[in-house]
Amino acid sequence: MIFPPALILIIGGLFIGLLVKSNEKTMLNNIVKIIMLLLPIATLIMVWSVIGLQGTPEGNQIIGNYVSFASFKIMPIFIHPFTPIFATVFCLAAFSGALFAFNQINPLEISSAFIYAGSAIGATFSGDLISLFIYWELMAIASTIVVFCGGHNQSKEKKEIVEKSGLRYAYMHFVGGVILLAGITAHTVITGTAEISSLSFDYGELLSNIAIFDLKSIAIILIFIGIIINAAAPPFSSWLADSYPEASAVGTVFLSAFTTKTAVFVLLTVFAGTKILIPIGLFMVFYGIIYAMLENDSRRILSYSVVNQVGFMVTGIGIGSDLALYGVAAHAFCHIIYKALLFMSAGSVMYMTGKTKCTDLGGLWHTMKLTTICGIIGALAISAFPWTSGFVSKSMISSSSAYEDMMFVWILLLAASAGVFLHAGIKFPWFVFFQKDSGLRPKDPPMNMRLAMIFLSAMCILPGLFPEYLYNLLPVLDGGKLSYHSYSVEHVVTQLQLLLFAGLAFFVLLPMLKRTETISLDMDWIYRVVFKTILIHIERITFSIIAFGEKNLVLLVKKLEDMILLWHAPNSPMARSWMIGTSLLITSILLLLFLLLNYKTH
Amino acid sequence: MNKENSTDNKKSAKKAWIFFIIVLVASLLLETIMTPHPYFEFDGYTSFYAIFGFVSCVLIVLVSKFLGMFLKRKENYYEEDK
Repeated sequence: MIFPPALILIIGGLFIGLLVKSNEKTMLNNIVKIIMLLLPIATLIMVWSVIGLQGTPEGNQIIGNYVSFASFKIMPIFIHPFTPIFATVFCLAAFSGALFAFNQINPLEISSAFIYAGSAIGATFSGDLISLFIYWELMAIASTIVVFCGGHNQSKEKKEIVEKSGLRYAYMHFVGGVILLAGITAHTVITGTAEISSLSFDYGELLSNIAIFDLKSIAIILIFIGIIINAAAPPFSSWLADSYPEASAVGTVFLSAFTTKTAVFVLLTVFAGTKILIPIGLFMVFYGIIYAMLENDSRRILSYSVVNQVGFMVTGIGIGSDLALYGVAAHAFCHIIYKALLFMSAGSVMYMTGKTKCTDLGGLWHTMKLTTICGIIGALAISAFPWTSGFVSKSMISSSSAYEDMMFVWILLLAASAGVFLHAGIKFPWFVFFQKDSGLRPKDPPMNMRLAMIFLSAMCILPGLFPEYLYNLLPVLDGGKLSYHSYSVEHVVTQLQLLLFAGLAFFVLLPMLKRTETISLDMDWIYRVVFKTILIHIERITFSIIAFGEKNLVLLVKKLEDMILLWHAPNSPMARSWMIGTSLLITSILLLLFLLLNYKTH
Repeated sequence: MNKENSTDNKKSAKKAWIFFIIVLVASLLLETIMTPHPYFEFDGYTSFYAIFGFVSCVLIVLVSKFLGMFLKRKENYYEEDK
């Protein structure tokens, strides 16, 4: 039996949480912290030794060890085509997150973050729906704790806001988990196997099957809904930008990496080529851009941009060609790196100044030079600027739409690429590090935070310069290696034109983009306001019914009482004693009546 | 990038704009050295990507401005009704 790589981080995380102290500068504590840094590296080595056991990544799935449980094969080590690339980047994200956290350890937070990361890795190695579900729920629980830890050492008001947001996050994910569990249970019972296999469907056909209560189709749609809730797909997009900005600087780095990308991995493995994902993904792309344009909080801008980027991936999964799917996996890899980098630069600003709003920030480049440079590198990578990682991965998705002759999708993705530069590529660095001078003169953050940012910056540029190393993590096709050349003069020039003129639009329209101290309504308005109002009204109506009842019941009882008293009180007709003669008379009349009736019936 | 300098005073802002415009023109001129392989017909036209990038961003800004009229609320919107 091979040791599942995911357990290194999960068990290690538990121990780290018990052993590490936040502010102690003892030898022992430093050793524990160094072991903490080594755990993700150990996991990465384990991941590759497991993959190495089965040969290099291949297009065919290879079964690892399995245990039988209740007649189902439980396969905690199973290598799907995209397991290597996702597991690798999850290890890198956990490592850089731990390095970033080194000087600001909150034992509960880092412990949950490691369990969270480990569960995400476990999900990529799950060969059956049951292990997948266990890791899925572990992620939900651990990530909820990470959100809650955002209230650590904060003011009472802030703590309350974080806790409410954390609860909303938990509700959303636990509801999603229950839907997924219902789907998985139905699916395993109907098909008799828990193995993960493709469940891609045709939307119209599925709907008509559901209309006739076909259980198999209902199971599929439940699994689908459970997964896209975690991908922040509509109408469940709002949980992401609601909760991520409330986490701590460290927490957000971890949160941005795992939940949505694990959902992307599962969609990639189970629902590749499901066409309904194309409109869902395109909606997410533009939802992210528009809300990020309206937003004032720097970390919330980045959260909306997570939805935007996952939208690109979901669209690619919907397109479903080999190039599209490879592009999605490569883009998920690059996205995790540059989004963690962007959240680190925004987190460093928050760590040094305590501020996150664009209206409070500006001019930080004077003193936070390294944070500014790293922020710009992340911003260029997310914008798919040539020679950065985003350029070599995003182009695979958009080209695949053109190759599949989906002109409309291609046009929208191209417009969205320009829009990414607008909201994340320029808006974020411009309003945080440049624009007006806020007068703030913070220093760059401590050494370990700088190192984490430098590491991720390098990881943003290297795949841009040597894309073949990134492509090597992708599975081998039946026809050999994927031949895709991202660098041609034409591609570089057209991309530069697109981005530079998008930048021109930003600076021309800058007066229109003045930041306002506002938030934007989202779907969460439905459960934060409408549901609340409905509940308040139900409460009011119930109370008024009770009050009405109480008042009228008293009257009713009173009336009943009067009536009873009227007939049965002492001296009332029914209760008073009668004269013997009257009684005799009534009895004889009754007997006579009885006799007459009896005579009549015979 | 033009960002570094255009921050604080108008003089450097002007310089940054001149630099930016030179870069923009250069990106248009670069088109002459490449051979276009359009996916569809329309994306092969001269400076298609430049025009498309500019126009789509203007549209995105206008649409988000328009939606913002309905969606924007005060920061304490969710807390204030206590």
